[in-house]
Amino acid sequence: MNFTNFGRYILLLKAAFKRPEKWKIYMKAIFQQMDFIGVGSLGLISIISTFIGAVMTLQIAFQLVSDFIPKTIIGSVNRDSTILELSPTISAIVLAGKIGSAISSEIGTMRVTEQIDALEIMGINAPGYLILPKILAGITMVPMLVIISMVLSITGGYLGGTLSGAVSPTEYIQGITTDFNPFTIAVALVKAFVFGFIITSVPAYEGFYVKGGALEVAQASTRAVVVSCISILACDYLVTGLML
Amino acid sequence: MIEIKDIHKSFGDNEVLRGISGKFQPGITNLIIGGSGSGKTTLLKCMIGLHHPEQGSVTYDGRDFTQLNTEERIEIRKEIGMLFQGSALFDSMTVEENIMFPLNMFTDQSRSEKLDRVNFCLDRVNLEGKNKLFPAELSGGMKKRVGIARAIAMNPKYLFCDEPNSGLDPKTSIVIDELIKEITEEYNTTTVVVTHDMNSVMGIGDYIMFLHQGKKFWEGSNKEIAKTDIAELNDFVFASRFMKAAKDKF
Repeated sequence: MNFTNFGRYILLLKAAFKRPEKWKIYMKAIFQQMDFIGVGSLGLISIISTFIGAVMTLQIAFQLVSDFIPKTIIGSVNRDSTILELSPTISAIVLAGKIGSAISSEIGTMRVTEQIDALEIMGINAPGYLILPKILAGITMVPMLVIISMVLSITGGYLGGTLSGAVSPTEYIQGITTDFNPFTIAVALVKAFVFGFIITSVPAYEGFYVKGGALEVAQASTRAVVVSCISILACDYLVTGLML
Repeated sequence: MIEIKDIHKSFGDNEVLRGISGKFQPGITNLIIGGSGSGKTTLLKCMIGLHHPEQGSVTYDGRDFTQLNTEERIEIRKEIGMLFQGSALFDSMTVEENIMFPLNMFTDQSRSEKLDRVNFCLDRVNLEGKNKLFPAELSGGMKKRVGIARAIAMNPKYLFCDEPNSGLDPKTSIVIDELIKEITEEYNTTTVVVTHDMNSVMGIGDYIMFLHQGKKFWEGSNKEIAKTDIAELNDFVFASRFMKAAKDKF
């Protein structure tokens, strides 16, 4: 994003956060978006998290082959990596692809088919009606998905490690329960909140200012995913630097 | 009444509107006509605030739209109904939800009152019973009629139609034209139609503004348009062989 785009992004957010015309209608839209972002992504996040947890356990076991390192470390490393980085960041990048492209395409298509103009002519604050419910759903549902992802990833680590014989069940459980710092959960949730905001607002911006037709909608959708992913990684570094 | 004064609008170096003025009276069908690229749609978008003219004013019954803040503009927009060229129906909503949408947003009516209004509007455009269909299930003409039904749902004082006949067969075009004219006369709305359809011009053009190269070239009624000797207007009106033959005959 250059400075002009960033300025327009901020102005769009300002318009989106104006007082809604009717909260009842907005609430309905918020719940619809929660269903789409949260429930609709649950399957994908579950599968990805479980496998990442399992693979992480195998890789950590492969690298820690010294007799001086207890095998309980495998569980500890997997737990901290999952909570601090893998669950929030990988989930966010996957969601940026799934949800971000859908949001950008939906709003972009509404723009090129004059549906956004129709909203504005009716006297409705189009950024508010179209973008605010998505952002509110994003910042509430992405943290929930990340919590589920953490649980499934650690469970996947247990299954992958024990089924392959890389670590025993007792060692793994001892590892994930030893020296647990609850603050890591707080860091992960802050990341998830920020990522939820990025995943919904950046694609909404890209879609809202589309000009042209189907080709431009597709280009905006691709741009939305790319910009979202880069923003997620940049904010990941920023939040980690500030909180740890 | 809507009055426009000295409207100028450019896109980069391309000056699309070059000082257009005119008055659009209520209860009659006002048409803005002109060839492709003459600035008709740009003028319409300047009138409803989707484009911001660099110069000039748009006055709705004494209220200068170009000088109002966002909240004041919204109040005027609640009095506007608009039929878009592509109908602009919300894809994710049924016909009923589309028409009910502005009622949900801006009125405190009960569900049954809103449903009555929806059914009245659908009945008005001869689409009774089509409530539960989605826009993807409608033909082009039906979409236009749903667009009109949505536009009149809030009893607008001002009705704008952008190319209402585009993509329609001649028979459906006449139905849409007559519907616009009937609604205009029945509810005394100030109706502005942008078109280049000559059937509409001759059929419902109570007041016609002809644009050419971003300027107002001529204004008058459909009864006067055939008698003018302005070359640019005649080139536009009698471009088709049929119209030329009709002129030669009569």
